[in-house]
Amino acid sequence: MKFNRFSLAAALILCSAIAVSSCGKKHRYDQDDAEEGDTKGGAAAVVDTVNGATVTGKILFTGTAPAQVPIKQESDPVCAAKASEEKPEVTQEVVINDGKLANVFVYISKGIDGTYAPPAQAAMLDQQGCRYHPHVLGVVAGQKIQFRNSDATLHNIHPVPKNNASFNLAQASVGKVDEKMFDKPEVMIPISCDVHGWMRSYVGVLNHPFFSVSGSDGSFSIKGLPPGTYTITAWHEKFGEQTQEVTVKAKETKDISIAYK
Amino acid sequence: MESTAQVLERPHATEEHHGHAHPQLSFLEKYVFSLDHKVIGIQFMFSSLFFLLVGGWLALLVRWQLGFPGQAIPWYLAGFLVPESIASASVIQPNTYNTLFTMHATFMVFFAIMPMMIGLFGNFLIPLQIGARDMAFPVLNMLSFWLSVPAGLLMLASFFVEGGPASAGWTSYAPLSAVADFTGVGVGQNLWGISLLVLGVSSIMGAINYITTIINMRAPGMTMFRMPLPTWAIFITAILLLLAIPVLSAAIGLLLMDRTLHTSFFIPAGLTVTGNPLAGHTGGGQPLLWQHLFWFFGHPEVYIMILPAMGITSEILAVFARKPIFGYRAMIFSISAIAFLGWIVWGHHMFQSGMNPVLGTTFMISTMVIAVPSAIKVFNWLGTLWGGQIQFTVPMLNALAFVSMFTIGGLSGIFMASTPVDSFIHDTYFIVGHIHYVLFGGSLFAGFAGITFWFPKMFGRMMNPTIGKIHFWLTFIFFNCTFFPMHILGIAGHMRRIFDPNEYPHLAHLQPINTFITVSALLLGFTQLIFIANLFISLRTGKRAGNNPWRSNTLEWTVPSPTGHGNFEVVPTVYHGPYEYSSPMTDEDFLPQDQPVDPERMKLAQGMGHH
Amino acid sequence: MINRIRAYSIAIAGFLLGSAGTALAQGSKVVARYHRYWLPDQATAIAGKVDDMFNLILWITSVVFVLVAVVLVYFLIRYRARPGGKAIFYHGNTRLEIIWTVIPALIVIALGFLSKDLWSQIKQQFPAENDALVIDVRPRQFQWDIRYAGADGKFNTPDDITTINQLHVPAGKNVLIKLTAQDVIHSFFVPEFRVKQDAVPGMVTKTWFNVPKPGHFEIACAELCGLGHYRMRGYLTVDTQADFDAWYSKQQSEKAAQLAPPPVAPAAPTGGSTTDSALIPPKGDTATHGTVTGDSAGAKKTDTATGK
Repeated sequence: MKFNRFSLAAALILCSAIAVSSCGKKHRYDQDDAEEGDTKGGAAAVVDTVNGATVTGKILFTGTAPAQVPIKQESDPVCAAKASEEKPEVTQEVVINDGKLANVFVYISKGIDGTYAPPAQAAMLDQQGCRYHPHVLGVVAGQKIQFRNSDATLHNIHPVPKNNASFNLAQASVGKVDEKMFDKPEVMIPISCDVHGWMRSYVGVLNHPFFSVSGSDGSFSIKGLPPGTYTITAWHEKFGEQTQEVTVKAKETKDISIAYK
Repeated sequence: MESTAQVLERPHATEEHHGHAHPQLSFLEKYVFSLDHKVIGIQFMFSSLFFLLVGGWLALLVRWQLGFPGQAIPWYLAGFLVPESIASASVIQPNTYNTLFTMHATFMVFFAIMPMMIGLFGNFLIPLQIGARDMAFPVLNMLSFWLSVPAGLLMLASFFVEGGPASAGWTSYAPLSAVADFTGVGVGQNLWGISLLVLGVSSIMGAINYITTIINMRAPGMTMFRMPLPTWAIFITAILLLLAIPVLSAAIGLLLMDRTLHTSFFIPAGLTVTGNPLAGHTGGGQPLLWQHLFWFFGHPEVYIMILPAMGITSEILAVFARKPIFGYRAMIFSISAIAFLGWIVWGHHMFQSGMNPVLGTTFMISTMVIAVPSAIKVFNWLGTLWGGQIQFTVPMLNALAFVSMFTIGGLSGIFMASTPVDSFIHDTYFIVGHIHYVLFGGSLFAGFAGITFWFPKMFGRMMNPTIGKIHFWLTFIFFNCTFFPMHILGIAGHMRRIFDPNEYPHLAHLQPINTFITVSALLLGFTQLIFIANLFISLRTGKRAGNNPWRSNTLEWTVPSPTGHGNFEVVPTVYHGPYEYSSPMTDEDFLPQDQPVDPERMKLAQGMGHH
Repeated sequence: MINRIRAYSIAIAGFLLGSAGTALAQGSKVVARYHRYWLPDQATAIAGKVDDMFNLILWITSVVFVLVAVVLVYFLIRYRARPGGKAIFYHGNTRLEIIWTVIPALIVIALGFLSKDLWSQIKQQFPAENDALVIDVRPRQFQWDIRYAGADGKFNTPDDITTINQLHVPAGKNVLIKLTAQDVIHSFFVPEFRVKQDAVPGMVTKTWFNVPKPGHFEIACAELCGLGHYRMRGYLTVDTQADFDAWYSKQQSEKAAQLAPPPVAPAAPTGGSTTDSALIPPKGDTATHGTVTGDSAGAKKTDTATGK
């Protein structure tokens, strides 16, 4: 009788302890895994800014520019009132100036050995005028990303990653900043705001820092590359991917051009 | 029945009561893994009071956001205890606001009110009131408590997992609750479900025990219609529990499968997430199925929380009016009627859900009808007071508050029973006001009444009446200041579960009411610390209570306070009903159930009191 | 002791009478001054009827409450314990029990039957589709996607007019709203209409209204739908028929402008299907045009779910 009572109670407590700890553990396991990934292969590689090679260039768009996607901004008066900057009436999906395509994520997809530690400085993704700034962001896996709400309305940050943990973060007030990170490489993670259907941003997560996003003049620049042969991939949300091989020597600056049509 | 036999056959059962410690029982056996129904009841009391505080604290955080939107949580709300995931920089965010009201309701319903009404009073009272030495299955009884502990821990643990705890409301409507992407809550919602599954097993163990004990272990002469009303109420409640909990467990099982195994019981085809097709679910499910299952459990659940309170109130009103309860059998029949009708009214939660409107009419009629047995009870309570010698003790004050507050809660229920009116007030603060009048104004006042009433039996000391009265009056006033204005908010169209009402111009002008409610709620919340303090102070310093401090009739008052393991030295014989107060058959104004009456006086009393 | 008891009784009496008085006062015209703390404006005939029903129930429950409260307080004072006093010995009265069972039963059943017709007007007697402006409302986290049939009078065609959160209807005309949620359950609620209808994914629910006078209203989401639930607000503009026609034809011409110049391949389908929803991101391969098709396929799927 007595034995039964205690063994039952002990079994119960044990079970619950296991249940509780396994819930916590699973989560921790993911992190351990990621940390291990970050540091494997001994010391992390360092970007050589002095002797490294540079790949620069411009993204050209040679075809007929497609119609831009209009936004019905009247659904949130705060956005409508604040949209003072460039072209508030269309999305950031296709931005072409003088035949140069902006918001293209250019990165080394093959040829980098070793792992690079994430920079200590956090990347910033700002929500302003019910747009993301920048529209396309590159980070190193494990690098912190600060999400900031600069609007007096609700935004939520809702990434839909495939390899990384997803989250759904609400920011109800101006100036709110939250820090999150993606710990596994993934190109690209779409991020959207469920409050403002047109808001969309893409984050490219790599395990090295050799990437760039084309500016409004279509230019990009990847610095500090060790000498070698690489595959460079350009990614655009609407026009897809293009790849090029490039070989660089130490301190060399190579100019390439990528054309979409 | 094996364990019953064991308890009865215990060789030293006759020597080891009288409130003396059992020298052969270790501390663990006596207070932690006790098989004694009274200790288990007291364990449930402390766990329910703990979760009452947790749930109350979450409620105050909810109220803080509504009363003072966007302001940092003040120190006196222990903002430092709020995990960063809940309120970064002490300011509550929309998704965490949803978490707060979800967990507030979950803790209050499943971990505070239910354990108090059923775990505490059911365990403590049933064997004592029916003259049994213990429950039919003492080990099962112990397991019932010790299963509720991991359930509570699992629920608490969800605050510390990635994504935070459940945030889809305590009703967890699918598909919001069925797909992690819709809320951003992953593990937390699963823990919510697992915790309630575990708790369900605990409740079912308790229910089986109560039913078996009441049917089989009544003392000689304790016929069903001589049972005290709290025991009757808990008996009916246990039947409800036994039938309702499996439905909830099944529904949660399906929900967990939708969440983890990507089944689609509640998920239709063609859903989108942030504008993209929802991946991983084939669809073909039905969101309304969840609502039907949930409310098929959920409405009986409301009666599970209120019927024991009605029983407790009936007992206390009779004792302190020094009068037989008015219409003892009518009370039992009305409890049974409520319990039966409670099964066919669940659709009134779904009038606006898209359910066939014809079905809505049907549920409206059954819901209207359920008001009748509730009305009978209120009238019978008034009848009990009529012609009495009313003593305003602390339990009595709380029981009287139950009567008046339950009246308001019951009457406001008629508004939403009327389908067209519900079309307006559904999902507004009117509903929030209504449910709190029933659950706080009803169940919790009865809980305070019951705890102060049986405290002497539990611990052998009286609770301090002065502190008790201060606590009662402050609670009564702040309760009404908190929850009555909620009806006004609802009438003005204030939706429930919204993070910031100022977002809507048609609600912004209601902010003064919201602020008033919040201030009242803060005062109401802190007033409850007085009760807790009284409880602990009285444990050490309370006046010694004799066997029967309230001069009450039922069997628990015939044994020493506190009562030893095994309860009764000799199993009592019961001679009459529980409410023979001020009977002409005795010179005292009470007549314990186990006290035989001189046949001569019985003859004299024949025909009196029955009409 | 007696004095204390008396003081308590008076306090209870005072509170209960006070709250009873408040309850009554709320029902009466006295509150007209505090209108903004009471029922919102009535914008439709149905709203008036719902308020009548509400007020009827308010009167009945107030009377019952006051009766109970007065009797309770009277008993508490009249039958408070006195030294040497003895309570009467009385177990109940079957006739009384029957009376107070039957009377409430009659009242509530009468209320049920009174509610039945109004309920049927709200939720069953929908205007005929050819006699009403039919609008598809498809809420999603956290916005109201609104769709008019456009020039051809048919839904789910390229000329459909779509808006987000902006619902325009003409005054004095029956409007039939067909609701289907795209993700979780939402609820279409306009306080001034006193009507609420959940929008459920996978099924079509309907609600209707007829607003006699132009005005501006808010559509509130009344069913918890996630973190943005509290600000899932739509704007309902009731225009005169002429204003509405002007607005509608402006939308139509804007739509026509979008559709008219059939530009190069990638743009055409995009214009039609993405004004109200975001594009699927490319998979990472070069099949860019595939994503556009994918999106319209996704849109079609939602359409079939609405059953049209």
